[in-house]
Amino acid sequence: MSGTSGGVDWLVAVALVLVTVTATCAALTRDPVRQAAVLSALGLCLALLFVAVQAPDVALSQLAVGSALTPLLILLTVRKARRTARGDGARPDRSPGNGDARREREGE
Amino acid sequence: MTRNTRTTVFLVAAAVLAAAFTWACTGLPRFGTDTHPYGDRAVRAALAHRTANVVSAINFDQRALDTLGEESILFAAVLGAVVLLRRARDEDRADPEPRRVLPSTRLLGAALLPVTVLVGVYVVAHGQLSPGGGFQGGVVLATGLHLAYVAADYRVLRRVRPLAVFGALDATGAGAFTALGLAGLIAGGSYLENVLPLGTFNQLTSGGTVPLVNAAVGVEVASGVIVLLAQFLDQAVEITSPGHAGPVQNTGGGAPGNPPEAS
Amino acid sequence: MTLLPFLAAGWIFLVGLYGMVTSRNLVHAVGCLAVAQSSTYVLLLAVGYRRGGTAPVFADIPVGSTVVDPVVQALVLTDVVVGATVTALLLSLVIQIRKRTGTLDPEALTGLKG
Repeated sequence: MSGTSGGVDWLVAVALVLVTVTATCAALTRDPVRQAAVLSALGLCLALLFVAVQAPDVALSQLAVGSALTPLLILLTVRKARRTARGDGARPDRSPGNGDARREREGE
Repeated sequence: MTRNTRTTVFLVAAAVLAAAFTWACTGLPRFGTDTHPYGDRAVRAALAHRTANVVSAINFDQRALDTLGEESILFAAVLGAVVLLRRARDEDRADPEPRRVLPSTRLLGAALLPVTVLVGVYVVAHGQLSPGGGFQGGVVLATGLHLAYVAADYRVLRRVRPLAVFGALDATGAGAFTALGLAGLIAGGSYLENVLPLGTFNQLTSGGTVPLVNAAVGVEVASGVIVLLAQFLDQAVEITSPGHAGPVQNTGGGAPGNPPEAS
Repeated sequence: MTLLPFLAAGWIFLVGLYGMVTSRNLVHAVGCLAVAQSSTYVLLLAVGYRRGGTAPVFADIPVGSTVVDPVVQALVLTDVVVGATVTALLLSLVIQIRKRTGTLDPEALTGLKG
């Protein structure tokens, strides 16, 4: 830790710890809906880190993409998957496997 | 491979990778080092082309060919997603029922929509001067437009976002980038060379071809993301796939706000 | 502090990979890929950082000031946006898989089907 710009170094260190913790949480969150929320927080922390290392360009694009676009896409995918799930008699997401599906299709 | 073996294999590989990576890191220049030979040269080259934002100068001037490749990836990814998500023959389209929106939400959305779009345009236009540019501004523009969905409903969004137009704009943006590269060849230089007059440093028109390439990228990213989101929204809101194992009468039960349309 | 940012990038990459390997849901796996992807941003920007440098934008600072490395920033910048569209492509593949096989669990997808 050098003396001259210790302040900036501390900011970088804090942002790094935040990013590492949220990234770990995001990877270990199994439910996609919750994961989307954690990913959004990760995008925010990454943007903070990028500002701290003097990369405002990257921070701007990370803010738009990481905290808005990617979580939105994940949520839309989950919603689509749930709507498809309703078709087979409101069964939960864990479906019986392909055997069933194949039999049905052949039966048609 | 069972789950346990797979996890074991991964953990062993991860341990080896972690050790090798840590060892490699000790050989890197330390964090915050003062020697950045490429960075110094890039800064000099950008200033010689009178572009204030060095990052934009690298993306749209010095390494423009590389950015053209990235653009092609973006274009191909959007194209692939559109092909994968288009309505299949066995799928039905159901108009979602408009739901009541809180007046405050409507007001806030309607007030924010023009502001966000304006910010997006500003970020794209000032890419060669201040932090920003086609990539960031494009995403801001595209997501800002979807405030129409938050404030009103899906039909309004469809009206402010004619998909055919944005699909064409996406292709136009990608084509314009390629065509701008040809300008360098016509002027007797090399592909994507910065041949236009460079203008005055720190003015909106400075940087030669940089603002033009930047604008092309902005158009392409914005319309590409709009088309992408439209496909996902279509799938999530409108298109009903037949349940792979489901007789139709089953859907009648548990689908609030989503009328059984197939029967 | 001299090694911490690099090691953090390595950790983020590995934890993202771990999530993908043990994933039971393809949407979750794509999210983990996004995590692993962000490690490259951290690594590249850490390599390009210069102590005491400012952002490489000369609109409001005098020409000749010390700035951080702009080359890596340009690389990361394009990748953030392009990476998001590739994530979207993967998610549309996931939607197709859900439609065709009725499952999101990679374990249940065994073998190739013609």
